[in-house]
Order: sequence, then structure tokens, then C-alpha cells
Amino acid sequence: MSAISLRGARLSYGDRVLWDGLDLDVEPGEFLAVLGPNGSGKTSLMRVLLGLQPLSAGTVSIAGGNQAIGYIPQQRALDQSMTLRGRDLVGLGLDGHRWGFGLRGRQDRRIRVDAAIEAVDGTRYADSPIGVLSGGEQQRLRVAQALVGDPTVMLCDEPLLSLDLANQRVVTELIDKRRRESDTAVLFVTHELNPVLPLVDRVLYLVGGRFRIGTPEEVMNSRTLSELYRTPVEVVRVRDQILVVGAGACEEQTHHLSAEAAS
Amino acid sequence: MSFLDLLELDFVQTALIAAAVLGLVAGVLGPLVVTRKMAFAVHGTSELAFTGGAAALLLGIGIGYGALAGSIIAAVLLGVLSRRESDRDSVIGAILAFGLGMGILMLALYKGRASNKFGLLTGQIVGVDSTDLKLLVISSIAVLVVMAFIYRPLFFASVDPDVAVSRGIPVRTLSVVFAVLVGVATALSVQVVGALLVLALMITPAAAAMRLTASPLRATVLSVVFAELAAVGGILLSLVPALPVSALVTAVSFVIYLVCRAVSWRRSRSA
Repeated sequence: MSAISLRGARLSYGDRVLWDGLDLDVEPGEFLAVLGPNGSGKTSLMRVLLGLQPLSAGTVSIAGGNQAIGYIPQQRALDQSMTLRGRDLVGLGLDGHRWGFGLRGRQDRRIRVDAAIEAVDGTRYADSPIGVLSGGEQQRLRVAQALVGDPTVMLCDEPLLSLDLANQRVVTELIDKRRRESDTAVLFVTHELNPVLPLVDRVLYLVGGRFRIGTPEEVMNSRTLSELYRTPVEVVRVRDQILVVGAGACEEQTHHLSAEAAS
Repeated sequence: MSFLDLLELDFVQTALIAAAVLGLVAGVLGPLVVTRKMAFAVHGTSELAFTGGAAALLLGIGIGYGALAGSIIAAVLLGVLSRRESDRDSVIGAILAFGLGMGILMLALYKGRASNKFGLLTGQIVGVDSTDLKLLVISSIAVLVVMAFIYRPLFFASVDPDVAVSRGIPVRTLSVVFAVLVGVATALSVQVVGALLVLALMITPAAAAMRLTASPLRATVLSVVFAELAAVGGILLSLVPALPVSALVTAVSFVIYLVCRAVSWRRSRSA
């Protein structure tokens, strides 16, 4: 059974169709990168998978439902004075959605949180206020927060944004390790393919209502991208990197789930 | 009368019980109010509690009920009208100004004792009688029970809204529910410190506690302790010199805040 399954999925706002006829299966242990320019519906796809946005047509299913999802948001500067330690952030990933106090099983909880922190090598700073940690440290704890609930699916929304190269590698490796060891499916939204290219099994590329699904070789070539963008696009391989020229595909801005949920 | 004689008076004991209950509620809610940056919302809600109290005075029903109704209406209005965070400040400003104006109108129409009027703004805990106390205790228990039930998802939604949404937590509904809880607590505080000074119990103790620790649990415990010190301590200090309760409650609360700031400043320098 697929970890994520979309059938004939369509999402439109009024006349504007973000995507239509999307059939997608992500298998356990598979790494799928979702690419595309701003406004192509990457974030909306994420919202559909999280159950925050109903499809206009078609069906979506996630093995195990919402509770089986580990979600990693993009790194953002947290308030320095925030009354929150790293271990609290990770703990929220375990049982923050439950009602009531949860006084029972505190010891078991502590063991699981400690183990998740240890797995991302974050024990040293787990008791520091979250606001004073570096972006890389915060993002490692984000990975721990997503993994502590033992997810079958990881949804990553630009988790490498604003990280330096070394930390991009650390976070990517942690995500890769998880999917290899536990067969967790990974759906990774990004505007920059290269940092995760060695891990990517398949790419979903969204542009202006059109999309293409396939291996990086099948999708990331001049012919396919030129068709998608409907303008000449040059794809060049330099060493183990893929450079896309002429698509205006590079963009920095991405949406936040909560900002959209509030509107 | 000596200090001990004063302590034996019924109305002083009632006032102390009211203050202790209030300190607990305000202390528990405070850290989340500060985390959610709701200080101005608390102030706005308390002004509307004043309006409700003034309406109750005019209609001849209990001030406590009027204050409660006023602040709950305010909390729901704020929750519904400020759907975007960026709207919140201006929505509060607009509602607050109108509500305060209405309150002043109603006080102008009221022909009763003037001290009742003034008390709504600056507090008069010695005026709390046993029916008020019953309302206060029952409302406080209700607030604490609801808080116990929603605490974890609410905390999640307050510190980490993106991920909370992804876990299926009803973030918007929770923020309206919390606004109502804050409204109830505010209405109760109005009776003790008055509409103008509610922040001294709802914000200052929590802000002080959050200077000292990054642990949410410890911050809440400290916030309760500080709110109790301010509320109960303020009343005790006001007895012998016969000074206004609200003046001493706010003073104690502010001194605690300054001390905590100094401690955190020294810590950050030595670190």
C-alpha cells in the first residue's frame, strides 16, 4: 500500500486551476521532491496532504491518517525570549495534540523525547531556550520533533531554507537516515533541488497548472522543462549539480501554513 | 485597629480569598497571554468589562455579572473580527474606545453612589461580598478546568502554530476559546484591581516569570507565585496604612518584575 496516494486530484480557486488530474503514489521509503515556481501550488499540495485544504475533485489518502505525518516547516527566526526549550518543542511533536494534562506515562515520554533528541545529536543544547539556538540547531530539533511521533510519512516544507551548506547536509542526512531505517515516505517541497539531489527518487514539477512526475533524469532536462514552462529552458549538468537557466524558477518566498490557515 | 484586628474582619477575609483565587487564575493564564502577545487584548477586554459593569450598575443588577458579560462579549468580538493577526491591534483599539465611551455614558446616567463608579476603574476589593465571591470562585474553577483540558494543544498552537496546524489542532477555535477564558479572568480581576490595572495581575507576573526560566512549567508555577504575592500581598500591605488596594497590588507586581529583570540581566552578563 502506498504511503501517499492522490487520484485525479484537482485544486482550483475560482477559475484558477493549480493542478488537475494529478495521480501520485509515494511508496514507503521513497523520496519525492516537489519543485516549481511560486504560486504553482506546492504549498497548496502540502495543505491538501495535511487535510487543511479540501480537493476540488479527486481523492487523497495518507496511510495512517494525519497522526502518521511528521511535518518539518522551514526554519524561521524564533522569538529570543520565547519560553520554550528544545526538549519542549520535541515533546510537542509527541503528544502536543492531545487533550488533557497527560500526567500518566511521563517517564516513558521522557525516554522517547530524549531518544529523539539524541538521534539528531541535540542533547547538548536541548535544555537551552529555543530562541538562542542557531538555525541549524533549531532545524535539527525540528527533525526530532517530526520523528518522535514515529511517522510513516514525512512532509517537509522547504526545511533547508536559510540554512548554510553544512547544516543543509546534516538535516538532509537525518531525513535520509530515517527513510532508510524505517521506510518512511518523504515528500520534500523545495525550490532548490541540488542539496537533496542524491536522495531524490522522483520529482514532481509543477508549473502554471501543468506538472510532470518522473525520475530527476526524466524531468530535469531541457525538453521537459521547456514544455512545462512553455518557453525555452536550458538545463545544464555541472558536476553533480543541475542548473536551470531561463525559467525564472529561482524564488525565495514561500508561504506559511498558519498564515494561510488564518485567512 | 491593629493589623491582626483587621484580618479578623469578614470583608477583609473575603477580599483575601478573592485575591488568592484570582492570583491562581491570572498566574496560570499569564504566560500564554504573554506568549500570544495579548497584553493589549487583555487591556481592551478589561475596558469592556468596565462597560458591562457600568451597564449592570445602571440596570441595578450585580456588577460582577455585568463585567463578566461585557468581557465575554468583547472576547468573542475580538476573536471573530480580528481573523488576521495584523488586524488585531486596530480592532481592539476601535472596540475599546467605543466601549469605554459607552461606559462613561452609562455612569453619567447612573444616579447612585459615586464610589461605585470609581471602583470599576480602579478597583475596590473590600466591596466584594459573599455572592460576588461565589461567582468568582465558580468562574475561576470553570476557567481552570477548561484550561486543564485544552492546555497542551493550546500551548502547541501558541508557540509553534505551523506544526500545530499540521497535527490537526483546531488553532482558530482554540484562540477564540482562550480569548473567552481570558475575558472571564479579566472580568474577575476588574473587581479587585479595576479595569485600568488588570494588566498588573494578568501580564506583569507572567512577564517577570518568563525572564527567569525557559521551562514552560516552571514559568507557570513562578507566574502563579508572583501573582499571589501581588494580589494577596498587595491587600495585606494596604490594610494598616488604609491605602488603595490597587495601588499596592500594582506596586508589588512591578517590584517583582524589576527584580526578575535585574536577575536575568546579571545572568546574561555572567554567562
